[in-house]
Amino acid sequence: MNLVENFDLYAPRLINKKELFSAGHRACSGCAEVLAVRLMCKALGENTVIASATGCMEIVSSMFPTTAWEVPWIHVAFENAAAVASGVEAGLKALRRKGKVDDRYVKVVGMAGDGGTMDIGIQALSGAMERGHDMIYVCFDNEAYMNTGIQRSSGTPMGASTTTAPAGKVSMGQKTWKKNMPEIMVAHNVPYVATACPSYPLDFIRKIEKAKSVKGPSYIHCFSVCPTGWRCPSHLAISMGRLAVETGVFPLFEVENGHYRLSPDMPKKLRPIRDYFKAQGRFRHLTDEEISMIQERVNTEHKKITEKAKYLKTGNE
Amino acid sequence: MGKRVGLEVTVAVAEAVALCRIDMAGGYPITPQSHIAEHLSNLVADGVLDAEFVTVESEHSAMSAVIGASATGARSYTATASQGLLLMNELLPIASAMRLPICMAIANRAVSGPLNILNDHSDIMPQRDTGWITLFAENGQEAVDLSIQAFKIAEHKDVMLPVCVNIDGFQLTHMVEPVEMPTQEEVDKFLPPFAPHATLHPAKPVTMGAFAMSDYFAEIMKAKDEAIKNSKKVILEVWDEWGKMFGRNYKAVESYRAQDAEILMLTMGSMGETAQVAIDELRDKGIKAGLVKLRLWRPFPFEEIRAALKNAKKLIVTDRACSFGGPGGPVFSEIKSALYAGDHHPAIYNFIYGLGGRDVPVQDFTGMFEKVIADTDNKAKDTYEFWGVRE
Repeated sequence: MNLVENFDLYAPRLINKKELFSAGHRACSGCAEVLAVRLMCKALGENTVIASATGCMEIVSSMFPTTAWEVPWIHVAFENAAAVASGVEAGLKALRRKGKVDDRYVKVVGMAGDGGTMDIGIQALSGAMERGHDMIYVCFDNEAYMNTGIQRSSGTPMGASTTTAPAGKVSMGQKTWKKNMPEIMVAHNVPYVATACPSYPLDFIRKIEKAKSVKGPSYIHCFSVCPTGWRCPSHLAISMGRLAVETGVFPLFEVENGHYRLSPDMPKKLRPIRDYFKAQGRFRHLTDEEISMIQERVNTEHKKITEKAKYLKTGNE
Repeated sequence: MGKRVGLEVTVAVAEAVALCRIDMAGGYPITPQSHIAEHLSNLVADGVLDAEFVTVESEHSAMSAVIGASATGARSYTATASQGLLLMNELLPIASAMRLPICMAIANRAVSGPLNILNDHSDIMPQRDTGWITLFAENGQEAVDLSIQAFKIAEHKDVMLPVCVNIDGFQLTHMVEPVEMPTQEEVDKFLPPFAPHATLHPAKPVTMGAFAMSDYFAEIMKAKDEAIKNSKKVILEVWDEWGKMFGRNYKAVESYRAQDAEILMLTMGSMGETAQVAIDELRDKGIKAGLVKLRLWRPFPFEEIRAALKNAKKLIVTDRACSFGGPGGPVFSEIKSALYAGDHHPAIYNFIYGLGGRDVPVQDFTGMFEKVIADTDNKAKDTYEFWGVRE
C-alpha cells in the first residue's frame, strides 16, 4: 500500500500535531521548501535548536519583529550555518556538563539552501561534519540561488535556464552536472546520510527522526521544488517532486554507516525524464538531443546508486 | 596576591583566559596567535580547563562557532591575527549587533600583500567600525589584565558587546615577560559567572539574528552606537575595581612626563615602552618632550584625549597602519577629528612606522622629535610621512 496515497488516513496519526514553524511566513505560494521545513520541525520536536543560513527560508521566516519559529533559532550569515551549529552544539554541551542549563538532550540542526551548502558553505559544512559534532545538517536544495533571483549554483541541473546561466542562441543554459553533495557527505564517513523530498512526507519525516537518533553528525539532502524559480504552476509543486523521484532525476536513498538503501518509494522502472522536464519553464528550451544526453546520465547515475544499494547494503560487510 | 612568573605573553594570556573559566573556545592556527590556541587546548587536554575547544577549519568558522556558542550563553573566546581577522571581518558587525559578549585576542600582524607575518596594526584598523570594544596592550601584564577585564566589560548588562584585546605580534606575543598572574580565587571574585538574559535553549525559545529592513535597521544601528558609547562608563568602573583589587590602575589614555611637555608624542600598543625611553633621553637634553598612550581605541576617549593634549604646542601621532590615499594613519585622523571640535589646536605631525615588523629603536623616536622641532614655521604640520623608508 502506498502511504502517500492514503495520506489522509495514516499521516495524522504519525505526524506531530504541534506546529513549530508557524503560519504567516512570507514564502511564495506552492513553495515545497517551506513545507519541508515545517515537516522537519514536526519531526524534530521541541528539544531542537536550529542554525539557519541566509536564504529564502531565513528571510521568509524572521522579518523583525516577527518570527515563524517556535523553536530556538539563530541566523548569522550565508556560508556558516554548519559552523554556527557546531558552536551551538559545543556551547550547549559545555553548559549542560557544567550544570548551567537544563539537563536535557537538545538536537542542534544546521540548515541552508543549495548555494549555502554546496557552494559558499561547503567548507564550513565539511569542517563541522569532519569534527563529528552531534548535529543534523539539512540542505534544502531548490537547485539555484532563488532568494537573489534564480542564479545558477553548483546544485543547478544540466540544461536548466537560470538568470546567470540562461539558455540562449548558443547556450543550453547550465552546462555542468549537478554536484553530488550526498556522496561528498558519505565520503566524510558520517554515520547517516539521506536524500529526501517533501512530496514523500512520511519518508522525509522518518529520515529526520533517524538523523535525530544518531549520536554524531548526519546529513539530509532535501529536494525542494521551487515553482517560482523552475517556472512551473505552483499547484504542481508536490507532483514535480514526485516526478523527480519517479524519473530517477533525484533518487531517494539513505546511507547508514556506509551501507546504502534505496527508499521503498523508489520506482522499479523509471519514467522518461521528458515527463519531468516538460512541465518546467527552466527546461523548455532543451532539444531532443540535449534531453537524450541528460537521460543517459540519469540512467548511469541510477544504475550506480542501485548497484551501491545492492552491494553495499547492511550485511555485506 | 598572585605569583610573579616569567611567561611567554601568549601563554600568559591563555592562562588568564582559563582563569576566566570559559565554556568554549574556537581555535584556528595563525602566526603569531597560535600559541594562545595551543596553550588553551593543552589546558583542556589536561583537564585544567573544563571547556569545549572547537578546532575549526578557518577563522571564519572560528568566529561563527564562537557566535553560536555565545548565543547559548556559553562564555566564549577566540584569538586570531592578520588574514584570519580579515576572514572574520564579515562576522564582526554581526556579533556586535547580536550583542554577544565574545572576547578575542588579536596578535596584531601585518596584512598581506606581500605576505608578512610580523607586527603592525593593519589588521585591526579595518575592523574599526565593526562595533567591537577595542583595547590595546602595551606589555605582558596588560595583556593578561585586559584579557580578564574583557569578559567583565563584555558581559556587563549595560554593555553586552564583544571585546578584542590587541597584543602586538611577536614584539609582545612572543616575549617572555615577568607577569603577576592573579589566582583563581581572585579572578572568581572579580568575574562572576555570565548571566545572559536570552539564550538559545528550548526552555525558552527565541529567534536570534532576525531579518530587518529599512523600518528597523537604522534603530538597531543607533542602539549599537549608544551601547558602545555607554560602555566607556562600565570600562572605567571595571578598571577602577581592578585597580582596587590588584593595585594596577588602567586609564583610557596614559601620560608619561606630559604635564609640562611642549611636544607630545602619541603611541598605541607595545611601542609605548620604547618611546618612553626616548622621552627620557630628550628630557635629559632639556627638551620638553612627553608621551601620551592610547589604550582604548573603541569607544574612542574624546574627552581624555583632549585633556591629555591640551598643553601641547606640537603633537606627533604615530601610526602602524596607513589609510592609503586617505588622511594618513588612522590614529592621526581620529586624533585630528577629536581636536577639531575643541579650542586647542596643536600642530600635528603623523609618522607611519614599524610596518610589517620593521624594528623601531629609540633613536627613531628621538629622530621624529628632532624633525618636528626643526620644522620651526610648522610647514610640515598636518602631513604624514612613512618613517625610515628607503626611496
